[in-house]
Amino acid sequence: MIRTEKLSRHFDDVVALDSTDIHIKEHQTTVVMGGSGSGKTTLLRLLAGLECPTSGHIWYGKDDLNGISQKNLYKLRSRMGMVFQYSALLNSLSVYDNVAFPLVEHTQLDESVIHTMVTMKLEQVGLRGFEKFMPSQLSGGMAKRVAFARALAMDPEIVFFDEPTSGLDPISAGVIASLIGDLTQRTKMTSIVVTHDVHAGLAIADHVILLWQGKVIAEGTSDVIRHSDDARVQQFIEGRPDGPIPFSRSETSYIEDLLHKPGTVRMS
Amino acid sequence: MNNEPAQQNNAILFFGSLGRWFLRAIESMGDATVLSVTSLAHLFAKPWQGKHIVIQLYALGVGSFVIIAITGAFTGMVLALQGYYTLAKFGSESLLGSGVALAIIRELGPVLGAFMMVGRAGSSITAEIGIMRVTEQLDALQMMAVNPKARIILPRIIAMIISLPLLVSMFDIIGLGAGYIVGVELLGVNGGAFIGEMIAKITPMDLYAGWVKALGFGILIGVICTYMGYRATPTTEGVAKATTQAVVAGSVGVLILDYILTSFFL
Repeated sequence: MIRTEKLSRHFDDVVALDSTDIHIKEHQTTVVMGGSGSGKTTLLRLLAGLECPTSGHIWYGKDDLNGISQKNLYKLRSRMGMVFQYSALLNSLSVYDNVAFPLVEHTQLDESVIHTMVTMKLEQVGLRGFEKFMPSQLSGGMAKRVAFARALAMDPEIVFFDEPTSGLDPISAGVIASLIGDLTQRTKMTSIVVTHDVHAGLAIADHVILLWQGKVIAEGTSDVIRHSDDARVQQFIEGRPDGPIPFSRSETSYIEDLLHKPGTVRMS
Repeated sequence: MNNEPAQQNNAILFFGSLGRWFLRAIESMGDATVLSVTSLAHLFAKPWQGKHIVIQLYALGVGSFVIIAITGAFTGMVLALQGYYTLAKFGSESLLGSGVALAIIRELGPVLGAFMMVGRAGSSITAEIGIMRVTEQLDALQMMAVNPKARIILPRIIAMIISLPLLVSMFDIIGLGAGYIVGVELLGVNGGAFIGEMIAKITPMDLYAGWVKALGFGILIGVICTYMGYRATPTTEGVAKATTQAVVAGSVGVLILDYILTSFFL
């Protein structure tokens, strides 16, 4: 359904994504995992068309996202939903208006129908009764659930999730993760989840893509990833501090820096 | 000791940074123009943004009325006070009405009104759009197939263009009224002379010039403040810097445009 071909994204000298080829299958939950700075969010934003690649292609069926007209991009996006890492609720609108927003914008539905649909979506995420709340009155977990309800409002074919469980308590994280899994199965939508929550990610994934330094280092089902021979994959899923993936990102010698950088340590 | 090469080096560095600053300024002006034109191109496109223009008219226009009224009132009062004591030295107190009216309608109304709008409404536009950028609300709109240029930029520019001439008209009326109270009621200038001189000296061209200036300032402030917010670096520091730059660029821009427009109308 979605395919990337030698997809790269550079930010000045930093290579966020390096010639990546991935394939996202329809009606499945694809989980993209990797450490901080591995290129997960960049990949998600590229797939959503929020950023342009430095090189390479993104194919939605036969449509290439490169050079797509704005009209066609918006047409494509009317089939998409996205849950942002920090929810990105519209601050000036209530919970009800945030969830109703896509319906009001893109449909001619009667207010009563919209009300019913919003109530259904809020019930799905367990927030019925919070319609009048403003985003500033919600906890992080509640805001994320409202963002989830908003992303589902138009019954999209593809939903992008950027770190859906980060910053949530274990119960909220579990609820969000199971919601993603359940809805993907029940509504036949295609979910693309970016996370570094290994437990939740492997639990809901039909297909896992593991990134490191902008490259795919492993992919397959959760079981394939769990039993991978790659030491980097094992270090990541076990969360071990020692291994081929270094904790420190510094490239220069610590001692050299201490001795020679002015204003740090003076050795007499 | 010969330090000529060092001086030459400093001169090259100075002109180099000046040139880079100039090029960046030109680039920003071009970018702001493209952003505004592509946003305004949605004015007659579907979906019609009328409701959002009205919301912004209320927020920017009605919301700024009190500060404009206070500024207009005190400007008129100070002008009457200063004008009276200057004119009294020549026995020309009767010219006070025309002096106050000409100063307010031609210059102070549009310029001070525009300054107040930059500070009150322009800064809030930049900060609001900048925060929407930081919190990914603009991206969220994009993902919901809603064009932020049509939904966010366009209504604010249009509201600024409509509201500033109206607010400047209010400024003028309140300023003249306040000048009348100080000149006639407090300082004892003849009321008939005050109003008669005002009517005799103010031509339709003066009123027209004031409105054209207000319109020009409205466009300028709308373009600068929306641009600064939309292109703000998505950090808290970036939004703060963009807001400051919007107020500075808007205020300086108003003064430069005022000089250009005044030279056309004289």
